[in-house]
Amino acid sequence: MTRQRHPLVLVMAAILLEMFVIFAAPPALAEYADVVLNRVAEAAGMRPVIFPHWFHRIRFRCKVCHAELGFKMRAGANQIKMTDIIDGRFCGACHDGETAWSVENCDLCHSGKAGLPPGIFGGHETLGPGRW
Amino acid sequence: MNRCTAIMFVRLPCVPFTRFAKCLLVLMLVVARPSPADERIWAPIAKDGLRDPNGPAVKVLQQPADALTPLSPDTAGNQVRWVRALKEGQINPRASLRQPLVSEKYDKDVLLNLNGGMPVVRFPHSIHNEWLDCSNCHDHLFKKQRGASKISMFLILQGEQCGVCHGAVAFPLTECARCHSVKRTDAMAELEREEAAKALPSAAPLSPPAPTNERAPSPKKEGKGK
Ligand code: HEC
Ligand code: HEC
Ligand code: HEC
Ligand code: HEC
Ligand code: HEC
Ligand code: HEC
Repeated sequence: MTRQRHPLVLVMAAILLEMFVIFAAPPALAEYADVVLNRVAEAAGMRPVIFPHWFHRIRFRCKVCHAELGFKMRAGANQIKMTDIIDGRFCGACHDGETAWSVENCDLCHSGKAGLPPGIFGGHETLGPGRW
Repeated sequence: MNRCTAIMFVRLPCVPFTRFAKCLLVLMLVVARPSPADERIWAPIAKDGLRDPNGPAVKVLQQPADALTPLSPDTAGNQVRWVRALKEGQINPRASLRQPLVSEKYDKDVLLNLNGGMPVVRFPHSIHNEWLDCSNCHDHLFKKQRGASKISMFLILQGEQCGVCHGAVAFPLTECARCHSVKRTDAMAELEREEAAKALPSAAPLSPPAPTNERAPSPKKEGKGK
């Protein structure tokens, strides 16, 4: 039965298969080390906040945020309120219209899809600590 | 380019013109790729699974590929070898916002995992202190004394100790050889030389550190843990 199949069918099948391997789009995945902050944002009617590490570490060393500004190194461990940010703490230490654009740009921080759980994400090879 | 080899290895019995078809496909592949040296692909912001694709931000935010393509390549994490990008001046991240943190300089390497079956781990203080402050690790993660903290691969894979950063923000734990980088015999020789230097502090010339061999011992236990 298998022997008698038309060669053209096989060729087409092989080409389709190879096309799939070659041109398959990269999977839709968060950039490594993106953090979702969503303890209170969505409950208060805003989109979840996405913090991109890759973007900030080009401009600042870890110690600026994790020692000088006091961000704890645990996703979800920092209780950040919008009033803190407006008062110049946490993200607001930089997003004040001088070091970086100001808090008025709500949508640039509050950019996440509805329903995202807080935590660290990452596409390339690992999904964050303890998750494989 | 290993996809091309894979294509050429696909065997289709009793079908005419397959070699021709395969050659054509390989040709298409070579032409379609911008440059064979750089196969790094980053998901665009609108398709990263986190951003709301209908929100206003996706049109404004920077695409990872735009910022990261010029930096030293890597195969894991952000696909950027951050250590090289910093050393070669491709990036110049600020070390402080207002007043610089005052902390002593400390550049000593620490050799860890002296008794295990995997190659010895060289922990470089110099590289870490470029990015971090002592207080990011001392003393809540590690004591300031070699061997005083019980470090274990199991805890690291759980996101503790080295795994607080490695596997989250710094290069991921799949890169075994980047930590397990020193042959046991070389490490022992280095420690002996250090001891000898301590014994006669005046005479000892600075001995070179044991060579690190990043590519060499291919890890057999990939994917250990869960
Ligand atoms: C620099 C980034 C940034 C900008 C800009 C920003 N936010 Fe936030 N916002 C946050 C973070 C971080 C949280 C805490 C998220 C969490 O843990 O749920 C937050 C939380 C909130 C909350 C939750 C309740 C509360 O009071 O904390 C509301 C509401 C909110 N933001 C509204 C706004 C509005 C309105 C704007 C624009 C005027 C804005 N945000 C701009 C980062 C930002
Ligand atoms: C611009 C500020 C900033 C910089 C620079 C920065 N981080 Fe973060 N980091 C954050 C924020 C914000 C969070 C999320 C905290 C939260 O969710 O409460 C975070 C979270 C983390 C976490 C916790 C992830 C987890 O698994 O829970 C780690 C680890 C971390 N950062 C490491 C680093 C390292 C290493 C660097 C330097 C390469 C760095 N960070 C640079 C702001 C920064
Ligand atoms: C140490 C300073 C600093 C802190 C703290 C900081 N940012 Fe930023 N952030 C910057 C700078 C600088 C830029 C670039 C601004 C520009 O391009 O004008 C930026 C840009 C951004 C962007 C836009 C990235 C893009 O693709 O253009 C987002 C989103 C953002 N920050 C979110 C946050 C959030 C959320 C927090 C708090 C959890 C935060 N930032 C804390 C300095 C900081
Ligand atoms: C971030 C650095 C780092 C990475 C990456 C890493 N390890 Fe480790 N590993 C360590 C340290 C530090 C110890 C030391 C424990 C000690 O001192 O006893 C260790 C110990 C071990 C041990 C137990 C001791 C031994 O040699 O038998 C094994 C097994 C091990 N690692 C396997 C791996 C494998 C497999 C990988 C890759 C999947 C890996 N490690 C990646 C840092 C790392
Ligand atoms: C990324 C984490 C990290 C940072 C940042 C860091 N250290 Fe360490 N340090 C370690 C580890 C891991 C050890 C080894 C602990 C062990 O063997 O139990 C260590 C050991 C030491 C030791 C003992 C070395 C020996 O041979 O006995 C000293 C002293 C020390 N650190 C000082 C510092 C100082 C000073 C700074 C800041 C300039 C600093 N460290 C920053 C992780 C770190
Ligand atoms: C507080 C965060 C943190 C901890 C804890 C930490 N590292 Fe790192 N490590 C970094 C950062 C940031 C870099 C810079 C490279 C990067 O981001 O990929 C780095 C780089 C390295 C490098 C050099 C990689 C290269 O590209 O050459 C080695 C080796 C390394 N770490 C080993 C360790 C070991 C072993 C431990 C545990 C004993 C450890 N690290 C704990 C943050 C950390």
